[in-house]
Amino acid sequence: MSERITKDMARNIYFGGGVFAILIFVGLAFDSAHQIPKLSHSENITKSVVAGKKIWENNDCVGCHTLLGEGAYYAPELGNVFQRLGSSDETTFKAYMQGWMAAQPLDTPDRRKMPQFHLTPEQVNDLADFLIWTSKVNTQQWPPNIQG
Amino acid sequence: MKYSSQMVAKPYFIFALMLLAGEIIFGLTMSIQYIYGDFVFPAIPFNVLRMVHVNLLIVLLLFGFMGSTYYLIPEEAERELWSPLLAKITFWVFLVAGVATILGYLFVPYAELAKLTMNDLWPTMGREFLEQPTITKIGIVVVVLSYLLNVTMTVIKGRKTTISIILLTGLFGLAFFFLFAFYVPDNLVMDKFFWWFVVHLWVEATWELILGALLAFVLVKLTGVDREHIDKWLYLIIAMTLIAGLAGTGHHFFFMGAPGYWLWIGSIASAAEPIPFFLMILFAYNMIKNRRIQDDNKMALTWAKGTAVVGFLGAGVWGFMHTLAPINYYTHGTQLTAAHGHLSFFGAYVMIVFTMISYAMPILRGRPHGNCAKAQKVELASFWLMVIGMIGLTLALTVAGVMQIEMQRMPDSAHALAFMEAQAKITPVYIVRSLFGVMTFLGLLTYFYSFFVKDDKKVA
Repeated sequence: MSERITKDMARNIYFGGGVFAILIFVGLAFDSAHQIPKLSHSENITKSVVAGKKIWENNDCVGCHTLLGEGAYYAPELGNVFQRLGSSDETTFKAYMQGWMAAQPLDTPDRRKMPQFHLTPEQVNDLADFLIWTSKVNTQQWPPNIQG
Repeated sequence: MKYSSQMVAKPYFIFALMLLAGEIIFGLTMSIQYIYGDFVFPAIPFNVLRMVHVNLLIVLLLFGFMGSTYYLIPEEAERELWSPLLAKITFWVFLVAGVATILGYLFVPYAELAKLTMNDLWPTMGREFLEQPTITKIGIVVVVLSYLLNVTMTVIKGRKTTISIILLTGLFGLAFFFLFAFYVPDNLVMDKFFWWFVVHLWVEATWELILGALLAFVLVKLTGVDREHIDKWLYLIIAMTLIAGLAGTGHHFFFMGAPGYWLWIGSIASAAEPIPFFLMILFAYNMIKNRRIQDDNKMALTWAKGTAVVGFLGAGVWGFMHTLAPINYYTHGTQLTAAHGHLSFFGAYVMIVFTMISYAMPILRGRPHGNCAKAQKVELASFWLMVIGMIGLTLALTVAGVMQIEMQRMPDSAHALAFMEAQAKITPVYIVRSLFGVMTFLGLLTYFYSFFVKDDKKVA
């Protein structure tokens, strides 16, 4: 194969193919950036959801958990935790979150441990709002089942 | 060594290797925490270990790329480096910033670190691989810009070769896409979408240009094959990299809230992503078969072949395994992802840095014909220990991933095991993973030892 291709041909494939690939990618990226606010229900991002995202980031939650499948694989997926542990009910989920966050780390020997983050009840509430918003993102029906 | 300024590469190489040792130690610690959750907890929780583990990897590769460039560019440009002093200064600035950041992770709770570094002014922390405080990120930009300035000026004032131009293209791409690390929208999906512009477009696009250029350089030097021939291969490899890799970013956009067309586009484009890696194998073996010179540094050639083969296995084969959307639906975010991540980073990027170090370090240490035969024997042993260790731990993680998918993902909601229950059943496999990790670490220690092996005859 390579004998019939000259260096100039190879260079042209690189420049031509490269420019073509960049144009396609940039075009699709623009379209996605335009569609994502709708697909993710940007209109439901309240102050509390924004504050919850900050808490998520400032405590590096993604260093153990996955969120919509991305992150570390040490602890459970949280994109659908609202459905899994809150039965898709806000009051139930928020009560659960307050109890769960306060109880860490659990006293079970050799179980993987979640640190105590010393969040205020208000911060836990924001975090819950962030996770509830996330659970409603259109993820093409992922995950396959409730266990995430 | 043809140009005295190539010497600035040496501290970069040495520090990259030290960071690699640190990376493996933290990896081993994490692997024990996978088995015994109380190990070093609460002193160092898992997320902190992981932050250190992956940040050390990124920084060691940047040091490795920088060292490689400082060695390569004067020879390609046929002149001294534009400013060796600037290269020395950036080394120390990067070292101090890097060490300070790692110490910050280890000794200050992360939320506290965010406060200390005034993350609220321009929040960028707390995202995978981009955990660095904003001030560190700004530091990285400054370091990379001064490095780019130095390299670009050297190339502009000297001979321009295909290798140096492609290397520069990759480095400018690296710098450009890192800027997306500073964009953190409130919408999580937008955040994730542009986060991949750093992560994917680094490792599956711009870094592959760097990898290709470094591999081509070593092959030019060790095989004596005509540049026309080498350049042609390099162009074909990076052409395929861009054609497959850019739209291939779509394989990350399947299930995180992006439009549905990515299911098709991401699957099709990324199915072609193994091609550039396969071409790299053909490239390396072809050039070696047609070599015109016999270099005494056999280990550098071994690493060059190794990076092509293991890079293809890790990035190509293990990537392809779960890149199609209907498969990824079940594998997304499982241990299979971790398996792919480990072998691809090691094969493609850590091993190309080893290739450059094994080629350049003997020359920098005044041994133009490579290390003595005895030292190369030890290095060969270290090569196999590390390669088998990494393939072994990748296979273990693959088994772990498949078990996780079978127990937790495939059954319906009524029958699927919960995450923690499934993980408990995988524990024996995690023990095997740790053992192969120990083997990798022993390989690295053997590699370090090979630096100090002297020829029996010459000692007397």
